[in-house]
Amino acid sequence: MHTAGCDILSDKKYKMETNELNAWFGSFQAIKNVSMKIRGNLTTAIIGPSGCGKSTLIRCLNRMHEVTPKARAKGRVLLDGEDIYSRDVDPVEIRRKVGMVFQKPNPFPTMSVFDNVAFGLRANGIRDEEFITKQVERSLRQAALWKEVEDNLDGCGAGISGGQQQRLCIARALAIEPEVVLMDEPCSALDPIATSKIEDLIFDLKEHYTVIIVTHNMQQAARVADYTAFMYLGELIEYSKTKRIFENPEEELTEKYITGRFG
Amino acid sequence: MDVRNVYHRLKDASRYAILTPDGRFELFCAALASAIILIIIMIVSYLLEGSIQSIRSSGIDFVIGSRWDVNRDIFGALPFIAGTLYTSAIAILIGVPISIGVAIYLSEMAPDWVRAPLGFVIELLAAVPSVIFGFWGIFTLRGFLRDSVEPALNDTLGFLPFFEGNPTGMDKFAAGLILAIMIIPTVSAISREVMRAVPNSQREAALALGATKQEMISGAVIGYAKSGIFGASILGLGRAVGETMAVTMVIGNKNSFSWSLLDPGQTMASIIAINWWEADSGSLYQSALIEIGLVLFGIMLIINVIGRILVGKMIRLREGAVG
Amino acid sequence: MIYGNLKVRKLKDRLAYAIALLCVFAAAVPLISILLDVLVKGLPQFSVEFFTSELPSPGTGEPGGIGPAMIGSMYVIMIGSAIGIPIGIFSGIYVSEYGNNWFGRSVRFLTEVLSGLPSIVVGIFAFLLLVLGLGGPTAYAGGFALSIIMVPVVSRSTEESLKLVPNTIREASLALGVPRWKTTLNVVLSHGRAGIITGVILSIARIAGESAPLLLTVGWSPFVQTSISEPISTMPVLIYLYGTSPYENWINVAWGTSAFLVIFILSLSIGVRLLTRGKFAYSRL
Repeated sequence: MHTAGCDILSDKKYKMETNELNAWFGSFQAIKNVSMKIRGNLTTAIIGPSGCGKSTLIRCLNRMHEVTPKARAKGRVLLDGEDIYSRDVDPVEIRRKVGMVFQKPNPFPTMSVFDNVAFGLRANGIRDEEFITKQVERSLRQAALWKEVEDNLDGCGAGISGGQQQRLCIARALAIEPEVVLMDEPCSALDPIATSKIEDLIFDLKEHYTVIIVTHNMQQAARVADYTAFMYLGELIEYSKTKRIFENPEEELTEKYITGRFG
Repeated sequence: MDVRNVYHRLKDASRYAILTPDGRFELFCAALASAIILIIIMIVSYLLEGSIQSIRSSGIDFVIGSRWDVNRDIFGALPFIAGTLYTSAIAILIGVPISIGVAIYLSEMAPDWVRAPLGFVIELLAAVPSVIFGFWGIFTLRGFLRDSVEPALNDTLGFLPFFEGNPTGMDKFAAGLILAIMIIPTVSAISREVMRAVPNSQREAALALGATKQEMISGAVIGYAKSGIFGASILGLGRAVGETMAVTMVIGNKNSFSWSLLDPGQTMASIIAINWWEADSGSLYQSALIEIGLVLFGIMLIINVIGRILVGKMIRLREGAVG
Repeated sequence: MIYGNLKVRKLKDRLAYAIALLCVFAAAVPLISILLDVLVKGLPQFSVEFFTSELPSPGTGEPGGIGPAMIGSMYVIMIGSAIGIPIGIFSGIYVSEYGNNWFGRSVRFLTEVLSGLPSIVVGIFAFLLLVLGLGGPTAYAGGFALSIIMVPVVSRSTEESLKLVPNTIREASLALGVPRWKTTLNVVLSHGRAGIITGVILSIARIAGESAPLLLTVGWSPFVQTSISEPISTMPVLIYLYGTSPYENWINVAWGTSAFLVIFILSLSIGVRLLTRGKFAYSRL
């Protein structure tokens, strides 16, 4: 079990932090005492074999974990120093600040492209149509989808290709201006071309957001992430700069995984 | 590989297949199944044959005329068609929102231990026979409407044509209300099925955007299930249109149509039920009643076909759309 | 920074929950009211005489019973079942096991049409076929009308139960050399018997309460009947005729009949569900 990366930085640089985080599905413990500090305005990847708890971990970061029946979490998760699991915090607020993109693209099929992106804004009570329109365009540009849909914003949200749907979901998440963007294996359902488009856009997202991406594809982590965390069987095994993890890992388990000797 | 397909191809190869025990069994099942086709054909033809006398006599006036005069052989069924449509509309207006609320509660809000028993209780409503609904309507609902609800409606909204008249409790409002209650099990059960078919990834997408539960339900669930719910309502409409006994017992049986809910009226089903034995065999009167049955049959057919198409469309949407 | 009014949204959330719960009550209250009414007014009528005596004359203080009506209902239910259940089961078998063709699809479609028919239209048809010109209202005409209502219910539940039987079961039997027809009758049918029995029992519960078709075909008779070619009294029609009459003793009898009918139907509906709880509870049967 390791805490923090190898660099010592002041706490202000840590956008999110977990402190002895544990999570269960019923009686099965998926995450064991994970403590890590995630730096803001960069991309952190979480890698590990299937079942290691990486998806569960990020779902704890926006309190989506508890949506699953019989799921619970214990421990502290800090966003800008405040515990998101404290009693007086409403998960609804957290999810606005910590957005999520899922593994399988899930745009709302009965809504248009425009309405999909606008959904979060309207749910938050924003009524200013001009503002919404500007915000939709801004988000679609950030998600590198604007050029492809600008002439057909009223088209069905599910009528576009898989890669475009995923970028639509990214735009939808960005529209409400979150601070952190969680991505749960966002490219695993996509072809290589769509994947590389999304990896390119992750590079650009770093400028405004903190990105945390779960991936089972080590090469992807090496390509896009500044920091990488390796998990195994619910525990955080190693966490440091990506270069370090891939070229000179400290833990034997990490090295075994990187070199493909299991998982 | 579907066993049944393989078997069929093997069987077709043999020209004397019908004489084998397998062939005979299949033929036997097919024969009984064809009874269904036969029955439908017979129903249509007997209804047509029985109404031909009235069709020849009244022509188009049957559906646009409002005079129903047995003694003078004038049969205009418009008041009853209007009565059916009006009471069914009330049933939909009141029953569908309640059904959707029930479906939402059971599908999205109820704790696990409540879901099954409560769903079952609502289904019990469907087991109560129509005639008992009517009987309860006469003795309990009527009193309640006559003494509390309708005077209130009359006093406050009496200026509207919908609420004029004397509150008696035996009127179109009572009929519409009972119909609303009777369609709740159907519409809510189908709506529940349709909501259950909404993939969880849709709910998660909405929640992850910071939506409250209510926003998630309106946006992700209802939006997705819209056409299915609409289809469920159409099927509920079908039930309301065809309902006989409960309506007959509380609608007041007046052979004219008025817009006021508080006035008695008559529906297509109720006029048949009330007057069936009054008509002499083979008379024009009887033929007119049969023709009403024919019109009812036609309306039901259209409603059911539309409803099933809409529910089917929603299921195909789910399978075809995302991912 | 996007900031919505969280307080208002949470209020809407609570309101939505309250409204949904209100709808549930709106649905439950009539049911409870009906059950209470029927039981409170009807149960006191129960007695040995009630179930065995002949129908009372109107208006007199003369006690009576619904014996003939119960027998009449039994007649029509039995006739209806004798016709409707076999047709329903075997057409369900056909559509499920052999129906992958235009004929099977038509049968399935028309079964749906049949299930949507208003019961009064079924009554008109049965009247035209079996009453008109054949001498008048009879019990068997009523039974026939009820069978038309039963067929779609039984057929649909049979078809769906059989479709749930895994193909491996069929293949195993065929691979042992058992002919197709025996496989279907013995193996497949028995595997799906829970759903089929449920369908049959629910169809009986359904027709036990049907009044409109009986009103048009069986008519009414205040006497005890032994033949099925005569009009007879039946419970649902009794409730209608006595319940809408001005005579107090008749109205009381109608409540008693309603109570009996409701208990009968609900026991069937609840009982069959309990018995077949879980999709493959066939081991219990």
